[in-house]
Amino acid sequence: MTEHDRGVHIPSARRVPAVESEAQLRALLTSLSGVDTVGAEARAAKLATRSVKKSTKLAAIDMAIAMVDLTTLEGADTEGRVTSLCTKALRPDPFDPTVPAVAAVCVYPDLVAHARSVLGDAPVRVASVATAFPSGRASLNVKLLDVREAVAAGADEIDMVIDRGAFLSGHLGLVFDEIVAVKEACGASHLKVILETGELVTYDNVRRASWLAMLGGADFIKTSTGKVPVAATTPVALVMLEAVRDFAESTGHVVGVKVAGGIRTTKDAIRYLVLVNETVGSSWLSPDRFRFGASSLLNDLLMQRSKQHNGAYVRPDEFSGD
Amino acid sequence: MSDDRIDVRKTYKLLVNGAFPRSESGRSYEVTTCAGAFWANVAQGSRKDVRDAVVAARAAQAKWWGATAYNRGQVIYRLAEMAESRRAELREHVAVAEGIGDAEADAVVSRSIDRVVWYAGWTDKIAQVLGGANPVAGPFFNFSLPTPSGVVGVLAPQNSSLEGFVNSVLAPICAGNTVVVVASEQRPTPALLLGEMSATSDFPPGVFNVITGYTTELGPTLASHEDVDGLDLEGAGDGANDLAIVAAGSIKRVLRPRANEDPSSLRRIRAFVETSTVWHTIGQ
Amino acid sequence: MTEHDLANSQLGSLSYDPAPESASIAHLRPSYGLFIDGAFTEASSHEQFATLNPSNETTLATVAQASSADVDRAVVAARRAYDTVWSKTTGAQRAKYLFRIARLIQERARELAVVETLDNGKPIRESRDIDIPLAAAHFFYYAGWADKLDHAGFGADPQPLGVAGQIIPWNFPLLMAAWKLAPALAAGNTCVLKPAETTPLSALILAEILQQAELPAGVVNIITGDGSTGAALVDHPDVDKIAFTGSTDVGRLIQQRVASSPKRLTLELGGKGANIVFEDAPIDEMIEGIIDGIFFNQGHVCCAGSRLLVQESVADEVLRRLVRRVEQLRVGDPLDKNTDVGAINSAAQLERIKELTAFGESEGATRYTSSCALPETGYWFAPTVFADVSQSHRIAREEIFGPVLSVLTFRTPEEAVAKANNTKYGLACGVWSEKGSRTLWVAERLRAGVIWANTYNRFDPTSPFGGVRESGFGREGGRHGLEAYLDV
Repeated sequence: MTEHDRGVHIPSARRVPAVESEAQLRALLTSLSGVDTVGAEARAAKLATRSVKKSTKLAAIDMAIAMVDLTTLEGADTEGRVTSLCTKALRPDPFDPTVPAVAAVCVYPDLVAHARSVLGDAPVRVASVATAFPSGRASLNVKLLDVREAVAAGADEIDMVIDRGAFLSGHLGLVFDEIVAVKEACGASHLKVILETGELVTYDNVRRASWLAMLGGADFIKTSTGKVPVAATTPVALVMLEAVRDFAESTGHVVGVKVAGGIRTTKDAIRYLVLVNETVGSSWLSPDRFRFGASSLLNDLLMQRSKQHNGAYVRPDEFSGD
Repeated sequence: MSDDRIDVRKTYKLLVNGAFPRSESGRSYEVTTCAGAFWANVAQGSRKDVRDAVVAARAAQAKWWGATAYNRGQVIYRLAEMAESRRAELREHVAVAEGIGDAEADAVVSRSIDRVVWYAGWTDKIAQVLGGANPVAGPFFNFSLPTPSGVVGVLAPQNSSLEGFVNSVLAPICAGNTVVVVASEQRPTPALLLGEMSATSDFPPGVFNVITGYTTELGPTLASHEDVDGLDLEGAGDGANDLAIVAAGSIKRVLRPRANEDPSSLRRIRAFVETSTVWHTIGQ
Repeated sequence: MTEHDLANSQLGSLSYDPAPESASIAHLRPSYGLFIDGAFTEASSHEQFATLNPSNETTLATVAQASSADVDRAVVAARRAYDTVWSKTTGAQRAKYLFRIARLIQERARELAVVETLDNGKPIRESRDIDIPLAAAHFFYYAGWADKLDHAGFGADPQPLGVAGQIIPWNFPLLMAAWKLAPALAAGNTCVLKPAETTPLSALILAEILQQAELPAGVVNIITGDGSTGAALVDHPDVDKIAFTGSTDVGRLIQQRVASSPKRLTLELGGKGANIVFEDAPIDEMIEGIIDGIFFNQGHVCCAGSRLLVQESVADEVLRRLVRRVEQLRVGDPLDKNTDVGAINSAAQLERIKELTAFGESEGATRYTSSCALPETGYWFAPTVFADVSQSHRIAREEIFGPVLSVLTFRTPEEAVAKANNTKYGLACGVWSEKGSRTLWVAERLRAGVIWANTYNRFDPTSPFGGVRESGFGREGGRHGLEAYLDV
């Protein structure tokens, strides 16, 4: 164990509590400690002042590259676009084989099969946003069909959105049942549950939604779709990391966190890694437990990596625009 | 001739939302020195310019009031620093606008800058002087906090082109309001200079908007605008009564001119401050 | 997720490389004189003493030891400046000097932060983000009062006292200087300031700043020395006011010495602050608040939350999380930007902390000490938590002034209040609960000058700070802080 793991104890024997009714679920979620806004934001801001330099910075950059879910989620996406994204995912810097591959590419369901075919047997995973992404406004049947098709086409990971309207209006059972159903539809594929924290607004809601998603079977909880004005923020990530830490300690079940939306610079990425390091410990510093959903972040990581190795800043055109 | 440098002259424009547009109307009017010589062509602001400025002021108000009082104080103090560094320019414009000698104009500039400093110090003291705890008869914690009225329209004094302008504009701003100010009609350039300085003093765009033009045309627009919360009629002249009646249509807070005002009075600040009282229970 | 996945993808830990701020930014001179009448002068005895970097015991500079003759020179200069210059200024003029000082502190913030950390041992993150910005803010705030004294609630045209003698401690050297000088100058007094023996340097940089601000000579005089210098200042017959921040024992002596004179006195003394945690507290932020409450500035804080009172129903959970969090604190080089806990300020203070913590163990409390590695040289004490502490233990009653927390428990709000108030001190308390009405109920009953709810160790120039009972009297900060320097 490294220094920051001391005291984070994950039991092996315990189980995730079964949820039998909405009333029970509500009681469980409302029994969680509140989050003090001022304190949470102050803690996140304080950790943002950590100074990560030299070899630590290089290690962090490579760590971050390996945690990227390289994403394209545009109406204008084409097979050609996805091909170049996959190429970049496999070899982010074609001139430097020491740069690790990213964790996954993330595309809409209809492009999963194409992404899978380009990536072949490579360890880069294919993730897909399903369940009527990004609004989540469709019937459960439509959402499940969306998921099953993506899985059938070869998606290793499914990024689903929760029904924020149901959550905010107190229909917690509805949200929960949907997650359980999607989890089942995922089969062996991993499930990332997007909370869309920008629409949940309060940190108390973020904490409760995190627990709700984990109780429902999420392998990851994810901040945002990237399609609403407020995406990932460090205090939101802090609250979610506290949730996965406490969930692991009380149930023995390890859940990952994915931050997405608005993370564009190496500095941003390193702030999140520091947050992970000092909230849940270094055992979460792995693509299996922490991810960045991003597109332009990767090039900034490559530029900073080059700067760290060669001592000079490079022009953005040094790296491909994908 | 070849040795005589031809000076570069400035076009005077409005200050709206941190930018310097010409009037939307495209019109301008001539401003003269007190002696009647040509001094500048100044934008003749229109009702639409006022409307744009009010939109900007409304959008900026939450941000300005949301900043800490300390931060607001530092921004206003920065304006004093900017004014001090450009005081020669201010002196020239005040002397021309008000028809006074350099020494007198210099004293006006000094008093004006000191007045900005005075207001800079108020931002984090208004709550301490105007607010307080109320010992209600019951198990309640009860306290009153001063809050800004919102967007304040100011008809700046017609004669005191800088000192009076500062006094009318900085009072509502230091209390957390944003302003749309109509500068002195015949003596507008000192106000425009101060507006330029405000744009380099870290004010969020839209806090400090300066319109030049005819007071009789712009005054009624400000007075009747329902999204303006307060109106300072200092420069309204004979139109003050009519404008006050118009302002009543949307229950504006109206500040009327008062002769021989004590400079240490908080009347101008209090005019555009509301009182917000919170009750909170006390019990185990 | 399978174990196989985890093993394959483990990327290792993120152990931060050293990120030290450069000590050379401090630009220290080898020796400093006394700042009297606007200039640096030698002490009449020519005696100098060394001020050390407590993190490595090296000498940073030597400073002059002011004798009673030097104190007299300083008071004479302050009196002359008061009579001839400062009492004749307008508030607006004084305001402008104070605004200048605030700006100069902001301009030289980085240098001041490094000096503070070198001389005091506190982490650069704290001197950079807290001490120095707050010192500037304090001058800025009181600058604004200088021309508004009529509005401060003390009647029309309140008058200054005259010459103020000000003695400050070593825990927040520049900030305490700002707390003393800013309101005194705003109100129209002149000052003789004596910084602490072990931390004189930032006050001497401040003297340079006063020169840059062209503050008239003699308005502020800064004299360095030991306890005898302070005693001479307290006893000087031409001083109108003494303001002291430091230990209750010294405060008591000062009060006795000025008791039969017309001198005004304000005292900001020790404390044994209670942090009261109810079962509905926001747990993660509360843990951070407790940590900040006791380990901020190595616990060298008069208002430190050195007693933790936890509701029994959550005591085990709170202690478990607290101990885990203590383990994460990064203890070491104060100049490293990632350091959370720095060096103990002096050998003497370290000795006192060791002595009192030894009592904790011998009296039966359960000790948790961080397993962090401590540097070989310098004065260091690992963050420590004592559980199973009872009200009668010395570690629950005496001010340790170090990174040592005593944990006690309670069952009801009434019991929490009774335990919190069971001390001769009364400086500050914390209350942690999501239930506002109970927080206010508790706050009403706590005998303390400052009560923080769901936060701790917050300071702001607009907010009055000071104690009740043996924590002293008088307030610093806010409108109330003016009263200490006005003849009202």
